[in-house]
Amino acid sequence: MSLTELIDESAVIVCSGSGGVGKTTIAAVIAIEAAKRGRRSVVVTIDPARRLADALGLDNLTNEPQVVAIPGSPASFSALMLDTAATFDELVHRYSVDSTQAEKILANRFYRNVTGALSGTQEYMAAEKLFALHHDERFDLVVVDTPPTRNALDFLDAPGRLTRFLDHRIYRALTTPTRLGLKIANVAAQTVLKTIGRIVGGDVIADVIAFFQAFEGMEGGFKQRATEVIELLHSDTTHFVLVASPRSDTITEACFFADRLNEQGLRVSGVVVNRLYPLFAETSGAAETPDTSDSPTTTSSDAATSARGAPKRTTDASEQALRDNLTELRGVAAEERAVLAPLLAVAPIAALAEIPLLDHDIHDLEGLGIIGGHLLVDVTRV
Amino acid sequence: MNPLQFFAASRLVVVAGKGGVGKTTVTAVMARAAAECGLRVLVVEVEGKPDLAGLLGDADFTESTKAGYQAQRLVSDLGPDSNGSIELCHLTSERALIEYLDQHGFRRVSKRLASSGILNVVSTAAPGIGDLLILGKVKQIERAGTYDLLLLDGPAAGHAISFLQSASGLLDAAKVGPIQAQAKDVVEMLADPARCQVVLVTLAEATPVNELVETAFALEDRVGVALGPVVVDAVDGGCELDEAIAATMGVATLAAAEFRNRRRVVQQAQIARLAVELPLPSLQLPLLLTASVTPADIVRLAEKFIVSINEMVG
Repeated sequence: MSLTELIDESAVIVCSGSGGVGKTTIAAVIAIEAAKRGRRSVVVTIDPARRLADALGLDNLTNEPQVVAIPGSPASFSALMLDTAATFDELVHRYSVDSTQAEKILANRFYRNVTGALSGTQEYMAAEKLFALHHDERFDLVVVDTPPTRNALDFLDAPGRLTRFLDHRIYRALTTPTRLGLKIANVAAQTVLKTIGRIVGGDVIADVIAFFQAFEGMEGGFKQRATEVIELLHSDTTHFVLVASPRSDTITEACFFADRLNEQGLRVSGVVVNRLYPLFAETSGAAETPDTSDSPTTTSSDAATSARGAPKRTTDASEQALRDNLTELRGVAAEERAVLAPLLAVAPIAALAEIPLLDHDIHDLEGLGIIGGHLLVDVTRV
Repeated sequence: MNPLQFFAASRLVVVAGKGGVGKTTVTAVMARAAAECGLRVLVVEVEGKPDLAGLLGDADFTESTKAGYQAQRLVSDLGPDSNGSIELCHLTSERALIEYLDQHGFRRVSKRLASSGILNVVSTAAPGIGDLLILGKVKQIERAGTYDLLLLDGPAAGHAISFLQSASGLLDAAKVGPIQAQAKDVVEMLADPARCQVVLVTLAEATPVNELVETAFALEDRVGVALGPVVVDAVDGGCELDEAIAATMGVATLAAAEFRNRRRVVQQAQIARLAVELPLPSLQLPLLLTASVTPADIVRLAEKFIVSINEMVG
């Protein structure tokens, strides 16, 4: 399937990759290109960087979708930024028996810690938000940008992890203290908790116990929901796009992620390689880089003098410097394409897109459009 | 500034920055440069970080070896006359917790606590406890005085703030007990510029610079830790261009030179903005035109780094 087909046909696109590779930008670009092609798209970002909001022309991104118009196009798309705590609060409201139970939980200090500090909670809430938007009639494509954890697969595992956490035998024992069969487990649990209490302080343990007592009766709803979220991530209309930069370390991480997806019977449908050096072929010259008429301009001679501040050199030396520069750039361009090979090997059916390293800043929707132009060009695998 | 004086400024240096800016490369470069100045260096990796061993290993390294909890000496070619050395350890909060419990009279339960996955539960109940345990271990090493310089390759992105804040956070939460004592010691270490400072790493690009400025102010205001010089990684020096000559050499030659110079202009604008928004001295590492950084690259960058320190007005 080509990236254009993916954008036309998916219901959910999950963008993954390690930190700093441009995941958030690529997710936004996918949503924009999809909207231009007639999809009702929404992008969920977990990146609090103000810059994406700026590029989208918004003051701020919130936990609710905001409509963004695309300049020069009748289309629009929506964008939102995940608020982990607010999303978790919504879940508590949804599954609590009554408002008293919900308030008791929301006010608990341990609960506030769960939403802020339990590893995997952010990933789970991203998946939860994705699920809610998938069932929102305003949208037919949800693009989600996963948290930049080293192990990006936490995103798939997170819903299950939270339910396992809630299932922890210590808490099972705590919340059903009177049942006869659990008495022994309960004693063991109390010993462990007492030990922890001696280290971190007794208040902490009291909060934990109060939380799990308040939570009783809600696990069923949470578990059911987690199962549905996991099913959506495994559905035929959900596709995974890996974003990577052409450096051996990030490619290694991307390979690891692709392997883990394969193990779970999931497939990487797209690979987007971001920030590749252009090839500088003799025939096409600068055609490899997009039009830079809107970039900060400087005359070349200005740049040269300011570059080194060196006295003017001889013709031979200048020629040599220019030749060396071209050789070096072509060398790194070839090397970058070579380090991709292992990733392409573990993602055999994935469409490939290459986004060149740009020689100007991306700071608005028009700039994102330039990236979109590169995204939809399917690159033939070598 | 004298490089030896630079590296002696504080015994612990935490290297921090957004993902993908080259934080690990900079950690390796600083380790190499300090060892070449004759210092005994310990590099500390924390959870989930890519291995530094490969970057600091033999010049002909093939595969990175996995670093362990106990420090191990890295093979390096510093020369037989050098007093410097580089060691590496990889700290995890699980191992730090077991060691901590063992040393504080909980030996009987420590294994059980660790194996039951209880750390996840405890760290949820008391956020930051895993980070504090790692910092506590670092503090212990710092106090022991075995090393002249400890370089901590810190957690990525905004996590650096919560990582360093863990101690003061727990100081508020736990009023008594061993954790409180541990937190107090760590807070003391972080607040003393002679013992600890943070070196922030960035690329000369808009998003990393924005994040660096925000992180810098947050670290000063919320953690109270001293900031060392900023390191700007992968700075493109551009390419000298005589247009009349280039015109005779084909379109690709001209395009390649113009590309480098436009990249340089974009980067210099960000470096200038960084200088305005954050009044800290800065050091620069040159761009490497490569897709895989090797130990030989680290050696070359370490030389440049020392030159950059010498030129820095401190």
